[in-house]
Amino acid sequence: MTPVTIEVRNLVKKFGTFAALDGVDLKVDNGELLALLGPSGSGKTTLLRIIAGLDWPDAGEVSFNGEDALAQGARERHVGFVFQHYALFRHMTVFENVAFGLRVQPRAVRKDEATIRARVRELLDLVQLDWLADRYPSQLSGGQRQRIALARALAIEPRILLLDEPFGALDAKVRKELRMWLRSLHHEINVTSIFVTHDQEEALEVANRVVVMDKGKIEQIGSPDDVYENPATAFVHGFIGESIVLPVEVANGAVRLGDRPLNLVAQGAASGASRLFVRRHDMLVGPAGSGAFEGAVQHVRNFGPVQRAEVALFGGETIEIDAPRDKELRAGDTIGLEPRRYRIFAGA
Amino acid sequence: MGLTLSWLSIIVLIPLAGLFLKSFELSPEQFWAILSSRRTLNALRVSFGLAFAAACVNLVMGTIIVWALVRYRFPGRRLFDAIVDVPFALPTAVAGVALTSLFAAKGWLGAPLAALGVKVAFTPLGIFVAMIFIGIPFVVRTVQPVLQDLDPEIEEAAGSLGASRWQTITRVILPSLAPALLTGLALAFARAVGEYGSVIFIAGNLPNVSEIAPLLIVIRLSEFRYADATAIAAVMLVVSFVIIFAVNRLQRWAQNRIPVR
Repeated sequence: MTPVTIEVRNLVKKFGTFAALDGVDLKVDNGELLALLGPSGSGKTTLLRIIAGLDWPDAGEVSFNGEDALAQGARERHVGFVFQHYALFRHMTVFENVAFGLRVQPRAVRKDEATIRARVRELLDLVQLDWLADRYPSQLSGGQRQRIALARALAIEPRILLLDEPFGALDAKVRKELRMWLRSLHHEINVTSIFVTHDQEEALEVANRVVVMDKGKIEQIGSPDDVYENPATAFVHGFIGESIVLPVEVANGAVRLGDRPLNLVAQGAASGASRLFVRRHDMLVGPAGSGAFEGAVQHVRNFGPVQRAEVALFGGETIEIDAPRDKELRAGDTIGLEPRRYRIFAGA
Repeated sequence: MGLTLSWLSIIVLIPLAGLFLKSFELSPEQFWAILSSRRTLNALRVSFGLAFAAACVNLVMGTIIVWALVRYRFPGRRLFDAIVDVPFALPTAVAGVALTSLFAAKGWLGAPLAALGVKVAFTPLGIFVAMIFIGIPFVVRTVQPVLQDLDPEIEEAAGSLGASRWQTITRVILPSLAPALLTGLALAFARAVGEYGSVIFIAGNLPNVSEIAPLLIVIRLSEFRYADATAIAAVMLVVSFVIIFAVNRLQRWAQNRIPVR
């Protein structure tokens, strides 16, 4: 398979006055499995559809291997696209659905019937559904339909594979299975792939790299570890993983919660109202008087390996923390809390 | 259950049975003689032949109209959507009078056509026009919901798999619509076969040329030749049954393959 890199430069797309994409730059390396992650309305699907040639930008460039892709329509781009709701041809059998891309090729390059049949069999084997060849899409489960849709997209030997919320319409258990399966499939076929999701767990588990988007802009690009451990912006910190968010006041490098000074560094945040982000499990529990925060335990629930405690901090605000089960917390205790890791972002 | 059956019997089955019984008063030879008379055969040929041709035209034009109504947003779309129902709602005699005056030699459309040497009113062509008029809503209203349900994503999918626009239409869209199109065709055909009111005004009603079967039944009735009338009616009834049966089979076939969403 020929290596393909995708480059997107300063892409802008407006629907009326709403900017779905507001200046997006992105480079996707050959063989990558990239996730576009963001809440709905963040522009991730629009970006994917523009790369596929199903939508056209108002400004900007898209190139495959340095070649202008916007000069070509969806048909010429040779991109495999998998839709959230499968978009299978319901009047065709599974076999014919997968064969479609091979049968509509121009006569000059079209394979003979035996080659097409062999290729379809091979693809149905790849998605492990060869026994469903003669069924109609309406007779399949959601997970099976999506695997057929993927086989159909792969039939044309696409240069790039694009998946729009591929597991969005499936139930939780099937989703989990298909995630693992997609990753091993990608490992096997190694086509440059981009998938869109609003599910952070899905993005972190499946992708090599994650692109976090919000309001038509890219907030951060990085490895799954990177976006989780080192969120670049307040949005990323809040969107990925569960975070405690505290409104704090920064004044000349000193940090205060309400009227209570905190023994924390401002990390270069400008003076004024700011937000402090801490992961729930990064709040370490100590005896009263230790740590940056102090508070009274209100309420404790046990969740498997952790206990989740509601703590009313001195200085205002009530937070939820996850603590290991070894140190038992009781309602009414006064405890000290020290954030093992935290980020302060300027702005309320 | 009991109510349904009694009601159905009173309204539908008993009259139909009466019709068949009446035609059994004839011996098979007489029955055959009536049906194979030149005038009857011509009337049936005019009714069924023109109805089928009109249904085919409606299939093509109806599909185009549906496509425009469902896929495009244009000013007056809702008005056009409502106008499609006019042939449903208009008393057929009114439609017949309107079409006749429109296509008569001095009518708005008749005059320019006459200049071209085409005569519509009082010819079989007039019957054809009336049948198209009354049949069009059947195709539109049958296909419309199916097309509305058809996800535009399947067209995008076909395109990204390398299909041309033409291949997308012939291999994906039309086959998906096929059951609805065939149902619409059958309904438009059935309606055109049985149409009386709008046709007799424009037809001219020349025996053997532009006389439709329902009119011939009325003529026989007015001549008190009831057995003749019922014999023709029985034939039309059987054909109608066959059409309805075919429509039912088509719908069942379609439902087996395509989930109801």
